Amino acid sequence: MEITGLFFYLVSILIAGGIYALLCLALNIQWGMGGLFNAGIAGFFAVGAYTSAILTSAATEKHLGGFGLPVAVGLIGAALLAGLTGWAVARICVRLKSDYLAMASIGIAEILRLVIVNESWLTNGSLGISGVPRPLDGMLQGRSADILYMGFVWLIVLLAYVLTERLRDSPWGRSLRAIRDNEISAAAAGKDIEAFRVQTFVIGCAMMGVAGGLAAHYFRFLSPSATDPLMVTFLVWVMLMAGGSGSNRGAVAGALGIWALWSVTEIFTNRLPPEWITRSSYIRMLLVGLILQIVLQKFRSGVIPEKSPPQRFRDGA
Amino acid sequence: MTALLSVRGLTAGYGGVPIIEDVALDIGKHEITVIIGPNGAGKSTLLKTIFALTNILGGTIAFEGRDITGLKTSSLVPLGISATPQSRNVFPNLTVGENLDIGTYAAPPPDKTKTREKILELFPDLRSKLKQPAGELSGGQRQMVAMGRALMSEPRLLLLDEPTAGLSPAYLERIFDLLLDIRKAGITILMVEQNAKQALQIADRGHVLVTGRNFASGTGAELLADDNVRRSFLGGGVP
Amino acid sequence: MIDFINYYFIPALAIGSVYALGAVGISMIFGILRFAHFAHGDLMTVGAYGVLAALAVIPLPPLLLLPFGIALAIAAALLVDRIFYKPLRNLPTIYVVISSFGVALIFRSLLQLVWGSENQVFVSGVRPPLVLLDTFRISVLHVEAIILTAIIAVLLHYFLSRTRTGRSMRAVADDAELAAISGLDTETVVRWTWIIGATLAATAGVFAGLDTSAHPNLGWNLLLPMFAAAILGGIGKPMGAMAGGLIIGLAEELSSYNWIGDSALISPSYKTAVAFVIMVILLIFRPQGLFKGRLL
Repeated sequence: MEITGLFFYLVSILIAGGIYALLCLALNIQWGMGGLFNAGIAGFFAVGAYTSAILTSAATEKHLGGFGLPVAVGLIGAALLAGLTGWAVARICVRLKSDYLAMASIGIAEILRLVIVNESWLTNGSLGISGVPRPLDGMLQGRSADILYMGFVWLIVLLAYVLTERLRDSPWGRSLRAIRDNEISAAAAGKDIEAFRVQTFVIGCAMMGVAGGLAAHYFRFLSPSATDPLMVTFLVWVMLMAGGSGSNRGAVAGALGIWALWSVTEIFTNRLPPEWITRSSYIRMLLVGLILQIVLQKFRSGVIPEKSPPQRFRDGA
Repeated sequence: MTALLSVRGLTAGYGGVPIIEDVALDIGKHEITVIIGPNGAGKSTLLKTIFALTNILGGTIAFEGRDITGLKTSSLVPLGISATPQSRNVFPNLTVGENLDIGTYAAPPPDKTKTREKILELFPDLRSKLKQPAGELSGGQRQMVAMGRALMSEPRLLLLDEPTAGLSPAYLERIFDLLLDIRKAGITILMVEQNAKQALQIADRGHVLVTGRNFASGTGAELLADDNVRRSFLGGGVP
Repeated sequence: MIDFINYYFIPALAIGSVYALGAVGISMIFGILRFAHFAHGDLMTVGAYGVLAALAVIPLPPLLLLPFGIALAIAAALLVDRIFYKPLRNLPTIYVVISSFGVALIFRSLLQLVWGSENQVFVSGVRPPLVLLDTFRISVLHVEAIILTAIIAVLLHYFLSRTRTGRSMRAVADDAELAAISGLDTETVVRWTWIIGATLAATAGVFAGLDTSAHPNLGWNLLLPMFAAAILGGIGKPMGAMAGGLIIGLAEELSSYNWIGDSALISPSYKTAVAFVIMVILLIFRPQGLFKGRLL
């Protein structure tokens, strides 16, 4: 691969890696800080992706809209609608114990998928939505536009990182961890556990929605296959576990590390004999499944383990 | 006297934290031995340690002259030791009959029907409830099911963790009477008991445990007569 | 009415049987090992492909080759328990749950590696339906599934209430600590849980594959209704899970019958959602299920 090719390959890895980093930060709020087992990430991702795509794409007969609105409006809409979906889910399910919450959230993601596939008037079904614009479209042409988009994605990741760090160190974040680690004593200390959990879930889901929107704008095209639970939900869980749940830096590092590994194995599997190339994605899935097992057994606290934030807020809210 | 069970320098707890330290005791054959002491003295922990349910940090346990330190619970039952825990002492969704049957799995008695008949003679209340889920029984009946289950393997040593906890005074007396019957059948009993006074009255020997260590020991009568023990652990007063 | 029985009721019982067989394993693993086994659907797929593999060598009716599928599923279940689940047994259950997600993926990708992701047909050609009294036209496969499931239910009941292993399993599900105090060997019980769970899962997987075709997502797509069935029946109550499976199957199929007017009550494409809604309602209002199972 020549140098420019390699460079743009790196750019594409960083764009997708940034979107995954955002998902990992979102999951870290829900699981790492709140202890909520969300196994339906793909569902909220999809809500965000379709919201932003429909809001920003040009008017068409094929599906609802498009409304041709600016990308920023699309992404805000994605956050709002995904957050709202998350709120509805949380109101019902957040009380459930972890295993049950996992089942419930998988079910919700499944229903959302059914809606997306079946309601063609809304989403154009399996044919998908095309012509999803990028921000500042037309400023740079061809592959250079990817560099611009990479900057855009990482700007949002940075914002999300600052936000989650702030949240983590805030009295709110402290209460949340207190609840996660000892629900009974937190309740005894007068915390409204359910309200905290709902808030956690909604914030996480809204971020997942933004990530979905970013993915739709990146690919300029959106179909149900883009919200495959394996590539979204599962991979994000592996990334967070490997990076270190509870730690925001760990979440970003896990996302980049696993995504880099995923992409690099592609280079390797592309050199396989032709009859194996079609199966290369299965080999990578197998690999990810095995990495998860190794992480669970040997590196449970991840590459960058959780640290308690400095005791700046002495009253602890 | 040859002890059926002898414990030497036993230190144990959960994780690496010792709850009992340097405990020594000998349990005589065909005797009832009772362990008393204040809350948190490590009485239950001692019993659990003998039954391999805690981490042993030091010391030895010997049963019938054989070192059993570090053996698993599932290998202690076949050797002739069984136990009942203090709470959650029956399988609530299994019938009384099935509960008893479970007791034979780890160490099948030579003649299951005969053993079962003996146990039902000991606890006649259970006979009419064999097909009933054990979870539906009263606390006292459950205790009988629990003891029955433990006796089904025909143990030589029976460990009982507070067999009268939460029972009415009437049942309390019945259980103590039953313990005397069990001893008569040739089974050695080691028990932890909160109702110290009544327990010492039927016990051959007692041990007082305080903050995880041996504090005093003697025959039941000796401990009952000991001023110091009486004041501290038996609710005071002159006998 | 005849249409109702031919096209809704009997197929509902058949799919309910598949759910029932799968849910038994989920319920037992839930009760004894204390975790939601998210790889159970894929264990079904493993069983289905085991039969498919045997079929390539031995040209016999697929149901007669069921033992091969069962053997493969048992081997797979015992292996992953040994390598992946057992080391995590003493940690908070959530780690095993996450691990089982990974195992689901491992199963699926291995099957795809060997067979690819295309649909695989067990037997080509259409089997003529069974015609009774000139009116009832019932698929032979559905009859086989319903009868075999009924036989398995009777055997399972006998096993759980009469045999030593069965009673030990119920004891461990009831109170694992007391079972250990009673001297029961928990590891043996765990092994049997996997053996029975895998056997029934493979059977269910083969029925599901025969009904349409085998593909790598076969079992994963059935996981939610099976969880719903296990919860409906009460966690740790295998016979309850069987009943739960039938109820979920009936609810799913009958929800698309034209009860009111001419069109389906609920569009068939949203069948899965029916099971899910039942599950969520149960989790919130009656988490112990219909038959008073344990709470996790």
